[in-house]
Amino acid sequence: MSEDLGLWAVPIAMLGGAIRVSTPFLFVSLGECLTERSGRINLGLEGTLVFGAMAGYAIAFETGSPWVGVLAAAIAGAVFGLFHGWICRFRGVNDIAMGIALMLLGIGLAFFFGKSYVQPIAPDLPAIPFGWWSDIPQVQAALQINALFVVGVVLAFAMAWFFKNAALGLRIRVVGDSTEAARAIGVNPDGIRLWSTAAGGALAGIGGAYLSLYYPGSWNEGISSGQGLMAVALVIFARWNPVMCLAAALLFGAAGAIGPALQTVGVTSGYYLFFAAPYVLTLALLILTSTPGKAQEGAPGELSITK
Amino acid sequence: MEALQVETVGMTMRFGAFTALDAVSMTVRPGTVHALLGENGAGKSTLVKCIMGFYHATEGGLLVNGREARIADPIDAQRLGLGMVYQHFTLVPSLTGAENLVISRADAPRVINWSAERAQIAEFLTRLPFQPELDQPVSRLSAGEKQKLEIVKQLYLGNRFLILDEPTSVLTPDEADEMLSHIRALCMSGEISVLLITHKFREVRAYADDVTILRRGRMVGGGAVSRLSNDALAHMMMGDAATPRAPHRQETEKRPVLVVRGVQARSRSGTSHIRIDDLTVHSGEIVGLAGISGNGQTELMEMLTGQRPLTAGNINVKGAAYSATRQEARDHKVRYLPEEPLKNAAAPSMSVAENLAFRDFDMGTSGPRLWQDRRAMERAAEAQIIGYNIKTTSAHSPISALSGGNVQRTVLARELSGDVDLLIVANPCFGLDFNAVAAIRERLIAARNRGVAILLISEDLDEIMELSDRLATIRDGQITFQGATSSITRSEIGVYMAGHA
Repeated sequence: MSEDLGLWAVPIAMLGGAIRVSTPFLFVSLGECLTERSGRINLGLEGTLVFGAMAGYAIAFETGSPWVGVLAAAIAGAVFGLFHGWICRFRGVNDIAMGIALMLLGIGLAFFFGKSYVQPIAPDLPAIPFGWWSDIPQVQAALQINALFVVGVVLAFAMAWFFKNAALGLRIRVVGDSTEAARAIGVNPDGIRLWSTAAGGALAGIGGAYLSLYYPGSWNEGISSGQGLMAVALVIFARWNPVMCLAAALLFGAAGAIGPALQTVGVTSGYYLFFAAPYVLTLALLILTSTPGKAQEGAPGELSITK
Repeated sequence: MEALQVETVGMTMRFGAFTALDAVSMTVRPGTVHALLGENGAGKSTLVKCIMGFYHATEGGLLVNGREARIADPIDAQRLGLGMVYQHFTLVPSLTGAENLVISRADAPRVINWSAERAQIAEFLTRLPFQPELDQPVSRLSAGEKQKLEIVKQLYLGNRFLILDEPTSVLTPDEADEMLSHIRALCMSGEISVLLITHKFREVRAYADDVTILRRGRMVGGGAVSRLSNDALAHMMMGDAATPRAPHRQETEKRPVLVVRGVQARSRSGTSHIRIDDLTVHSGEIVGLAGISGNGQTELMEMLTGQRPLTAGNINVKGAAYSATRQEARDHKVRYLPEEPLKNAAAPSMSVAENLAFRDFDMGTSGPRLWQDRRAMERAAEAQIIGYNIKTTSAHSPISALSGGNVQRTVLARELSGDVDLLIVANPCFGLDFNAVAAIRERLIAARNRGVAILLISEDLDEIMELSDRLATIRDGQITFQGATSSITRSEIGVYMAGHA
């Protein structure tokens, strides 16, 4: 096989890039999907993501195990989620305002505690070479897939199954759709929302750990470029469906990989323009999928944005 | 399980100094339909909320099958086999019928084996006289189907005493008859006992065995329905308040005012179209538009108020094209009273005076004005508060502090003030008490007699029969019938509304 793939290098690089870039989107959007399905919005996931990245990196460095780092990031995320969930159950607390405060708090705390971890090198998460069957190096590189991505894909399908077939999943949907109906069937909406928010935070924390422990694979203050916020938009675009979240995350990842992929074939002009592709895509998709005058189908009825 | 006997003993509920329920004792015999009759605010819903455990009665108690029952919350009530079908459905909109059934069970399995559950539900449904829709999300069901599903849910949960809160208010006459016959059949077979909250004598007479009448929180009468006349029921329910006299209609000159030709627009769900081929409202007449909730009435209102873009056709008012701008509405003297006025026609946190001034606050005696004349606004408001009998602590209190009837009166006062040529109203009396309803209907008739053209969109067929000169029916976004009100019977209208014989 020839080493030069010509223009084929672009889609292959985009595929690899999509998988690499999409993983944090995937985890944060699955977390947000779970939280929003219970009728609460957590805009603070950006802060949780950054804090998770810091916590995961620091703990992985201290213990020498990246998986312990991921666990630490999940726990840190869950704590943020619990805090958000606990505050929001009080009367008159607006979850959107609280989420923004929490986002800034998470980023601030991450910078504060993470100062001393900018220099040290923590162990990376392992990748699985799914490209062993091919002898084209570009394909092999593209299919070096991180274990967390695989976990995320399984999780997306598991969550879809959970919302349909598990009693707890149905109860979360009930709480998200109508607090009154939930009370009528004897479900405690506050409890369900609290734990859904906590679990959502944990997933966002894992997304953060992926950033610092795999791609880009180091901890610094500019580690997140707003993935946590984009993921919230992504959930709306995915109509609160976990499998659609996976598809949307991959689409965003692919858009984010356009710039680097074009670089591999020598297109370097307009690099920063391509950098903006995911954001342009967000805007375009939200405009295209919105229909004036049509009710948002699939939106949980208790979300404060739908009220 | 067998039908339950449920008794309240001297049930009293006080909220502070206000006694909402005063020593009410009533017995619902097993296997009967017991009607609970009363005006809005008579204490019907307080009574059933005490039974279901939403409220804890200040005094008195509850006996189920002769044994004292302590009910702390609705879950306790459900354990005893007491269930309630609410006017505002408690089904979860985004879940399907089947999902709603299974998840409402207290013993829902952790992991739901859908094929087994579906088989079990199908088996259970064979014993019922009607079949609910199970595969669609509840949000896509019509009100009648939701009602059926609610009742099925209660039976599925094993409840043997059901409270039905005005179950027929959202149904066509035929649907209502069908549903109540099924309920009655279930009672006669000894499966359930039913407490039916209603204000329709016809239903009491046709379907109830016993009746209890409440007025101002007191039990003022009751007994076997067969031993009470309609007059006796009305007298007990209304007390000494005068029965409404039939509004007096004057001959009026008829000129076409509102002409709707071939207009189309997308429906709310975006999946279907609203198509009104021809609808004309003349001066000095009330045209009633009857239909079951959700058949395009809301969309038609939005089209007429310019809130919903038209995809075809045009709307004419007095011969000129009309697109519902503020200027056009002012020029042609078009006014609106939409449904749920607090939400759709008022700024809830602004004062009554400000809300009353919405139509003309920006107009001075000689053209548009920049600064508001607060004193003139207040004077006008005071006059209207008296003229329309609006009960508010002052013109400065926020309109959201008013009761539903008074919000309705406030908006009506605003919309009928000054010169009006065309008035479009939707469900003007929904949820209002007897006196408020009478007052608003009287105002509408008076406006008609003055020569105002009125389009009355209502889901209350009685209201349309009483008020309109001509009536039209709407189904699936299209007019299915138009003609003089005197030319058609209730059941014929029902057929046009429901679309089946």
